[in-house]
Amino acid sequence: MKFLEAIGNSVIDRLAYVGGLTIQFWSGLRSTPRVLPIAGKRGRWRVAIRQMAVIGVDAVPMIGIMSMCAGFILAMQVGSELRRWGALQYVMDVVAVGFTRELGPILTAVVVSGRSGSAFSAEIGTMVVTSEIDALRTMALDPIEFVLAPKYVAALITIPCLTVLSNAFGILAGAAFMYISTKITLAMYLRYIYNSIDLHDIFTGLLKSLVFATIIVNVGCMEGFRTRGGPDAVGRSATSAVVRSTYLVILADVFFTAIFYLVHRD
Amino acid sequence: MISVADLTVVYEDRRVLNSVNLDIEPGEVMVLLGGSGSGKTTMLRHIIGLERPGSGTVRVHGIDINRCSAKELEGIRRTMGVAFQECALFNSMSIEENVSLPLHELTTLADPVIEIMTYMKLAAVGLGEASKRMPQELSGGMKKRAAVARATALDPEILIFDEPSSGLDPIVAAGLDDLILLLKRAFHMTILVVTHALSSAFRIADRVAMLYNGSLIAVDSKESFRSSTNPHIRQFLDRVADPIDSSPAVEEHLRELAGMAGEKR
Repeated sequence: MKFLEAIGNSVIDRLAYVGGLTIQFWSGLRSTPRVLPIAGKRGRWRVAIRQMAVIGVDAVPMIGIMSMCAGFILAMQVGSELRRWGALQYVMDVVAVGFTRELGPILTAVVVSGRSGSAFSAEIGTMVVTSEIDALRTMALDPIEFVLAPKYVAALITIPCLTVLSNAFGILAGAAFMYISTKITLAMYLRYIYNSIDLHDIFTGLLKSLVFATIIVNVGCMEGFRTRGGPDAVGRSATSAVVRSTYLVILADVFFTAIFYLVHRD
Repeated sequence: MISVADLTVVYEDRRVLNSVNLDIEPGEVMVLLGGSGSGKTTMLRHIIGLERPGSGTVRVHGIDINRCSAKELEGIRRTMGVAFQECALFNSMSIEENVSLPLHELTTLADPVIEIMTYMKLAAVGLGEASKRMPQELSGGMKKRAAVARATALDPEILIFDEPSSGLDPIVAAGLDDLILLLKRAFHMTILVVTHALSSAFRIADRVAMLYNGSLIAVDSKESFRSSTNPHIRQFLDRVADPIDSSPAVEEHLRELAGMAGEKR
């Protein structure tokens, strides 16, 4: 009986979490116009610009290095197999399609989740612990609009940009591999890449990156808003934000990849 | 101005507030006293609408803040200023930005006007020269005053303080008491102060209310309160500690420890 009770409680907790996340998502989405320049509240867009620098610009070196490493590893692993069949040129297709559809968006999401998702949670968690969120509410300011919306707008702009950069770095790493193994020049490599990927590949990758941005911001902020207790609770929230957002990003990736696969197959 | 009726709050199986009734008149300074865990902060959080009660009502300007629309609640909150115990200043903003935030967000005043108003609010609490400093660069007393400046930014009708003198030395705490009295005199604000500092309470209060184990045991003028014969109030006023429950086993253990300490010496 206790076992069933534990399962029931766990299911209720998860449903409550998803429900809370959904409510927060809609509130955040409704608040985003107030962050935009001209149409939004004065000065709020400056906060979003600062967030863009933190989420986007500061993450470029890490995304660049990780994408180049991943691109080179992918090219080497695939190349070692394809070489035996005399089909080394297909490494370029695998790297190009693999990065634009899959690796670029997921690598970017994992990096941003680790860097910014945890930072969102820690920042908001600290605000909860020091009553800053309560202070906002007593000033008739909506914490979702004030804290979450600028981050959301920033993430919706920067994460697709970072994904494009990740794609570019990964593909360039493939170029380095091809030059070392077959002396293909960069110009020839890029021409081949241009022919091997189509707009659909880039579009699906960018669409995924928007979904990942939504997950990372909402989970990070949700964990922050749910923080209760002292400074140790802030640390736990930050960890939880990274674990949950990475987990949900991968689940969403499976879901969207399956949809794109089914749509593209037909 | 503020009317609390039959307010009952239960957390899990613990009754934190037990059918509390309290009316705060316009222009008065009401001090809510009580020991640690008596329910003072819980009551304050319900009065400012941060939490919903299990039963009972909280009316501000005659409007039930738990049954009104979001728009009405927003309107009520604009007439309230709250200075939190932890000050709750935004650490990413300077003191000036903290104080000007509600003016920027909730009014359509031009930036130069906001700048002047912010300086006036900061000057009123003696922080005119510290406006560019960040909260982490301020002392405890300065933070409290900055929190008061922010709470008064929109010229609220009601000002609420949660433990204003906690963590402050007696001189700084007395300065804060003077500031509260000054705000009352100058702006005719209705002020609610939640505290357990007796000296501060008797200095600023028009009336005093006291919570004991979640129940309101007194609402009186400070003179009547001071001469109360209620045993709980007397214990609080006379600073008498609760007797420590000790079983024979605990006493035996303490004797053993004392004996060991004696042998070591």
